[in-house]
Amino acid sequence: MSVTLVKVTKIFTDQDDKSKEFTAVDDVNIEIKEGEMVTFLGPSGCGKTTTLRIISGFEKQTKGDVYIDGTLVNDLPANKRNSSMVFQSYAIFPHLTVEENIGFGLELKGMKKSQIKSEVDVIMRTMGLSALGSRQPSQLSGGQQQRVALARAIVTKPRVLLFDEPLSNLDAKLRDQMRTEIRRIQQQFGITSIYVTHDQDEAMTVSDRIMVMDKGRIQQLGTPFEIYSRPTNHFVADFIGRANFFSCMVKSVSDVVTVEVNQKQYQFPAFNKDVKAGKRATVVIRPEGLHIQKNSEQAFFNGKITEAVYLGATVEYEISVKGRTEPIVAISYNPVKEGLYKVGDEVGVTFDPISAHVIL
Amino acid sequence: MKQRIISSWHSFIQLSKDPLLLGVILLLLLSLVLFIIYPLYKVVVVSFQVNGAFSFKNFTDVLTYSNGYYLKALFNSLWMGVATAVLGTLIAYIFAYSLTRANIPGRRFFNLIATIPIISPPFIGALAVIMLFGRNGFISSTLLGMQNASAYGAKGLLFAQVLTFFPVAYITLRGVLESISPTLEDAAMDLGGNRFTIFRKVTLPLSIPGVASSMLILFVESLADFGNPLVLAGAQFPILSVQAYLEITGMGNFAKGAALAFILLVPSVSAYMLQKYWVSKKQYVTVTGKPTQSSNDLVSPKARWILFGVCCLIAFFIILVYASIVFGAFAESWGNSSKLTLQNFVYVWRVGFESVLDTLAIAGLSTPAAGILGMIIAFLVVRKKFWGRKFMEFSSMLSFALPGTVVGIGYILAFNKHPLYLTGTLLILLLNFIFRYIPVGVQGGVAVLKQIDPSIEEAAVDLGADSNKTFQRVTLPLMVPAFFSSLIFSFVRSMTAISAAIFLVSARWKLMTVQIMSQVESGRIGAAAAFSLILVAIILVAMAVIKLILRLKYHTTSSILSQ
Repeated sequence: MSVTLVKVTKIFTDQDDKSKEFTAVDDVNIEIKEGEMVTFLGPSGCGKTTTLRIISGFEKQTKGDVYIDGTLVNDLPANKRNSSMVFQSYAIFPHLTVEENIGFGLELKGMKKSQIKSEVDVIMRTMGLSALGSRQPSQLSGGQQQRVALARAIVTKPRVLLFDEPLSNLDAKLRDQMRTEIRRIQQQFGITSIYVTHDQDEAMTVSDRIMVMDKGRIQQLGTPFEIYSRPTNHFVADFIGRANFFSCMVKSVSDVVTVEVNQKQYQFPAFNKDVKAGKRATVVIRPEGLHIQKNSEQAFFNGKITEAVYLGATVEYEISVKGRTEPIVAISYNPVKEGLYKVGDEVGVTFDPISAHVIL
Repeated sequence: MKQRIISSWHSFIQLSKDPLLLGVILLLLLSLVLFIIYPLYKVVVVSFQVNGAFSFKNFTDVLTYSNGYYLKALFNSLWMGVATAVLGTLIAYIFAYSLTRANIPGRRFFNLIATIPIISPPFIGALAVIMLFGRNGFISSTLLGMQNASAYGAKGLLFAQVLTFFPVAYITLRGVLESISPTLEDAAMDLGGNRFTIFRKVTLPLSIPGVASSMLILFVESLADFGNPLVLAGAQFPILSVQAYLEITGMGNFAKGAALAFILLVPSVSAYMLQKYWVSKKQYVTVTGKPTQSSNDLVSPKARWILFGVCCLIAFFIILVYASIVFGAFAESWGNSSKLTLQNFVYVWRVGFESVLDTLAIAGLSTPAAGILGMIIAFLVVRKKFWGRKFMEFSSMLSFALPGTVVGIGYILAFNKHPLYLTGTLLILLLNFIFRYIPVGVQGGVAVLKQIDPSIEEAAVDLGADSNKTFQRVTLPLMVPAFFSSLIFSFVRSMTAISAAIFLVSARWKLMTVQIMSQVESGRIGAAAAFSLILVAIILVAMAVIKLILRLKYHTTSSILSQ
């Protein structure tokens, strides 16, 4: 029950001015394996929802092919594709009860009333909805509506489950709870799932792999660990978490990359194939990869602390360095051991080579 | 341009894959052209033709006729339109503001009072003016002992029109004021504004587009009004819609009648366009969901009592009007003998029973047809893309802008020759009513469809429903309450219609409203009042039945009149 996109492109034309075009999805290739949960992550307007709607059949791609389970489904309308969507607005039918909503898809399949009842009962028990069967949708809370939408989507045993920003209408606490639950149910049923979100925490929690998108293109496809620790470009590094960027000159590339930053040479593991000797590149270091010490000649950079936020378990520092416009952001994870610095202190910043990463 | 044609062609090809849909669209477009555009076209053609050639002669003729008698009629109509618009909107604003902002006692009562004129025939005001201020009027003769009082002319007509049409403005303005979030006024008060400053600087400016909109609507309604001027205007104060009618039915001069209709059409359509495409786009705020209650008092106790007094005075006049109709219906002889009797009802039963049945048949048949067509058009216009969609939306809403007199003249001009010879038939009345009240359904349907999130329909498709099933199982059930609301409105309008229908009735097919008019003209005020009372009773019963169905079947308790 895999989903494969080959060179999928979607171009929208302006309704009023036919000469104006907008490329929403640009040459997207991805293979989603059976039982896998993949998240499409990116800022609004990056093409993630359009890609999802192409898979569901609500939009038709301008170019490229969509395969579900190895079968070409380009010309299969949404109602014939065995996929189920959980909508951002939940899209609960307002004129039907909870039970009727959940049983809607089974009824369309022509299932017998008694069987629908038992299937619906089972799924309602799994989702903790048993007491709400005869309620009207208007009598449900946001979290309950979300559960009904999910129950309605999975009761038909779809081959692919699609989530379109399903948690964006919930409050923070419920959101954390629901994303764990969605992951639990997805794994329990083993349904191949695609999840669209702009929230990186959500993406990290629920996904096997994350596809980061921007301007209709795939920026990076990888596990949450790869995306965070080995971003392939500036966009991904900046969009996921916080990062410090240091401009550098590449001296040589072999198993390791040798670069010169701040008139000193450093060696990093070579992950990015596009980094070439003699060209300029960027060193990316996450705030937790940096350490703060007394200033010294050996330090990576020396500077002055301009902000220190003490959070108990951690301390967040901003250090301004001469010749840099952006301050360096560092997080100290063991302030008791590493010592506390205050605003105005002259400090040196160092790092472990393994925490750093060179991109173009 | 070429690309346009190509894309229209593509959308046509797309539609041809769904022959049922294509058929429905073509049939609807054809009907709209035939029964809305074509009669209008006939009015224009006939008014600009003399002996088959293009000419302005009809216009120069009517404008110079009898020392500018028709010019005076035009001036009177416009003047009356402006006066009704200003006065009606002012009263409506006071009413709407008092009810939404001033927290006066008896708000439910006042709201009910203000909506009563909407469900009664448009000439009830005129009838009441005669009964109260006429020669035998209750106030003029019985109370003040005046000998030769006359209710005819500008003042009486203005009173009747304001009374008839201010509820329309009230509903518009109430909606506008409710949509202004009270938190804005709270904020202004918080920033140190006193109550009058808040009204002047916040509430009033925010409601100005609504005021403009309501004035334009009242102007159009007043211009199009036929029943009140027919009763009250008289020869001294000619009104355009009535003169056009007399020109045709009295003198049989179709060309001059059409020219007068065209002259009437221009300001009506202009005002309507201005309202629809300009003013209504200027609305500032739309708060979705339930209107929030204001947390503090926007009106000082003194101002509240003044507003309450004004509302009471307005309500008093409305009650006076309806009370006089009720008493008139039961009085032996209005103004002369106050003995109560049923003789008026006996007379109406004898003379008018046939017209009651005819009216019920016509309204009963045309109302569901107009409602269903309205829903289908709304669905197509909002959810489907096809060539002619904009035209369908425009032409189906156009009837709102057309004075009934113009439509009536258009129908007799358009359908008096083979193969479309319909004069004097039931069909011409039905078609006229159906296409005249389609906008009610379209408006209601569009409003509902815009509220239904497209993802709800997508969810049905996603779960395996095709477009037909989706419409049946999801879209249609959600549109049902709007359908019934539109039924109520178009039923009321069909039952109380007169301006267009008066051209189309025949010896075989009679309408109650037209019968009431002829009773008024022959001076049988009591019979007219009894007849009107029966009409209102039928409407109330029909409304109650429809509301009951709604409540039992669809659990909706939303007020039908709050639309």
